[in-house]
Amino acid sequence: MSELDLTADVVVAGGGPAAAWAAVKAAEAGADVLVVDKGHLGTSGATAAAGTGVWYVAPDADARAAAKASRETLGGHLADHAWMDRVLDQTYANMNELAEVGRYPFPVGADGAQIRRGLQGPEYMRRMRTRVKRAGARILDHSPVTELLVDAEGAVAGLAGYRRQHDQSYRVRAGAVVLATGGCAFLSKALGCNVNTGDGALFAAEAGADLSGMEFSNAYAIAPEFTSVTKTAFYSFATFYRGDGSVLEGAGSQRGRSVIARTLLSEKVYARLDQATPEDMLAMRLAQPNFFLPFDRQGIDPFRDLFAVTMLAEGTVRGTGGIRLTGFDCATSVPGLYAAGDAATREPICGGFTGGGSHNSAWAMSSGTWAGQGAARHARSLGSRALARTTHGLGGAGLRPAGTPGDPSAFNDVIKAVQNEVIPYDKNLLRHGDRLAPALSVLDEVWRDVRASLHGENGDVVRARSAAAMTAHARWMYNAALARTETRGMHKRQDFPDLDPAQHHRLLTGGLDEVWTAPEPAARGGLAAVAS
Amino acid sequence: MIEVVRAGACVACDICIKVCPTDVFERGADGVPVIARQPDCQTCFMCEANCPTDALYVAPLSGPAPAGSPQADQAALEEAGAFGAYRELIGWGGGRTPGSRLDRNHVFTAMLERGGP
Ligand SMILES: Cc1cc2nc3c(=O)[nH]c(=O)nc-3n(C[C@H](O)[C@H](O)[C@H](O)COP(=O)(O)OP(=O)(O)OC[C@H]3O[C@@H](n4cnc5c(N)ncnc54)[C@H](O)[C@@H]3O)c2cc1C
Ligand code: SF4
Ligand code: SF4
Repeated sequence: MSELDLTADVVVAGGGPAAAWAAVKAAEAGADVLVVDKGHLGTSGATAAAGTGVWYVAPDADARAAAKASRETLGGHLADHAWMDRVLDQTYANMNELAEVGRYPFPVGADGAQIRRGLQGPEYMRRMRTRVKRAGARILDHSPVTELLVDAEGAVAGLAGYRRQHDQSYRVRAGAVVLATGGCAFLSKALGCNVNTGDGALFAAEAGADLSGMEFSNAYAIAPEFTSVTKTAFYSFATFYRGDGSVLEGAGSQRGRSVIARTLLSEKVYARLDQATPEDMLAMRLAQPNFFLPFDRQGIDPFRDLFAVTMLAEGTVRGTGGIRLTGFDCATSVPGLYAAGDAATREPICGGFTGGGSHNSAWAMSSGTWAGQGAARHARSLGSRALARTTHGLGGAGLRPAGTPGDPSAFNDVIKAVQNEVIPYDKNLLRHGDRLAPALSVLDEVWRDVRASLHGENGDVVRARSAAAMTAHARWMYNAALARTETRGMHKRQDFPDLDPAQHHRLLTGGLDEVWTAPEPAARGGLAAVAS
Repeated sequence: MIEVVRAGACVACDICIKVCPTDVFERGADGVPVIARQPDCQTCFMCEANCPTDALYVAPLSGPAPAGSPQADQAALEEAGAFGAYRELIGWGGGRTPGSRLDRNHVFTAMLERGGP
């Protein structure tokens, strides 16, 4: 079938909350907007299948100060007050807008006022789909992006991809692109995350953008063994046990997760949510109903029965690393390219600590808003020149092999090889230079093969690109993890167990064939404003 | 993973084919969706939540149900009242209250801010 050729002022890649807000706000700013999602805007991504707590804090000075302080030390003092203030303001506005314009059915408290501190994924995202359409944006579902298009100066001028339900490639020429493709969970089957293979970071790097915080990429979530359903907060009510029924000392959902991981390397670990009061139990059912499906459907009572648990890799979904932003408009270091949500680094608001539980959702709606507005402004500034540009595609690994194209199903082996280096707890979670370095050598080798010969035919081009993106992601992660020779935030080195005040900086990463890392110059980051 | 499409209940509306984020279904010759790519299923329950006639069942396992498992046995699942159970939980479908009205995520947001239960 011939290629579909489209144009837009702003094209948004993704279909989660960051993409949806970007589309709405770009359209409200007067741009002609097209959204292209790998899955389906409304059900795809980490939010749609889950329930999220939201960093919604009333504009009261004390409450805001407490909210900002809550993760500052946990995050290793890499967050930035100016960004936190802006995200708190924007999230407050967007949540109120969801209630008033989106008519989201929030729960009502005893005082009759709506409680706006949480969102149920399925309900939130189906309403966002309606909002996006009402705003006049067009949506192409099941149309994963496979590469960015740039003009002669290297400015981003569109993107290309594949419509997998139509077996047709497509191309969109545009004034600006927003990447809202989520983080990377390495196809670990963590709830809703298999669409998130880090594609946006690969596209951005191919255009020359840099990344930040990629060492903060070892988030793991507890789930019942052989299931997909994670919800970290609920395991705060758990006691963890060994196979012989004795309590696993030191194990916990918030702090003692490495104890669980270490034990899982050699034996099974069981949990029981036996610290929950009847009130907690009810609250859990009403917060993320699908949390109970694995239990109810297998006849397990998680409050009374022991059940075996596993830890699912969530990489940069609940880690914080991603594309570096250069300003509050969510621009990247490449003209015409904007990033939002988990595709971008969340260090500005949570440093090196996880953004799960409230910050990530706030970040997705805030950064989405700004990226949409920023992209609309950029497109407008180009005017009619935007679509007159000659463009070419930047896609390399997995799309245009540098050498002789190999077996078109090789992506399966690539995925397995990458998973083998990034999923095991003793490599990624319990980090040590002696294990990171050999893992990185393997990944470098995988990359060389990927670059030389990986490709995919028809719809498999998407799988090949995802495999390439995962490989690149893993290499940025381990390069950064090796470069940060200390313990800070979620990045814990067994060979460097202490925080090193001399490394109080963010770490930038980038490059494809040659990966580099460098401390962020203080002049460029916001860290100068942060007390250490 | 997605295990069962109840052909008798399906009205061939294509919704599941459209909403599945990982493109697991194909439209069958009779319009009833076929589970064409089960290994791609990420067990997110979104198809089940969106099916207007409670025709789908997603087993809570991240791998295929073992042979003979009740998780893939339509009659056993019907007997257990499994079809439509998730839609009822989230309050989707005519005459139900949206589950978000009862949402208690804020309880846990506040708890995490305190540093634990
Ligand atoms: C189980 C779970 C519970 C969570 N709970 C909380 C919580 O309580 N509080 C909180 O703050 N955060 C929570 N999080 C994190 C939160 O869900 C994410 O931070 C949020 O979804 C990020 O939004 P996003 O739009 O950036 O990415 P996502 O929602 O992941 O969406 C990414 C989108 O990009 C699309 N995409 C990917 N690749 C491509 C491509 N090549 N081309 C086109 N489109 C592409 C995908 O299809 C998807 O639609 C949770 C995460 C999980 C997994
Ligand atoms: S959503 Fe339900 S009714 Fe519609 S095609 Fe799918 S199974 Fe059939
Ligand atoms: S559970 Fe999710 S991934 Fe699996 S078939 Fe249904 S919608 Fe698709």
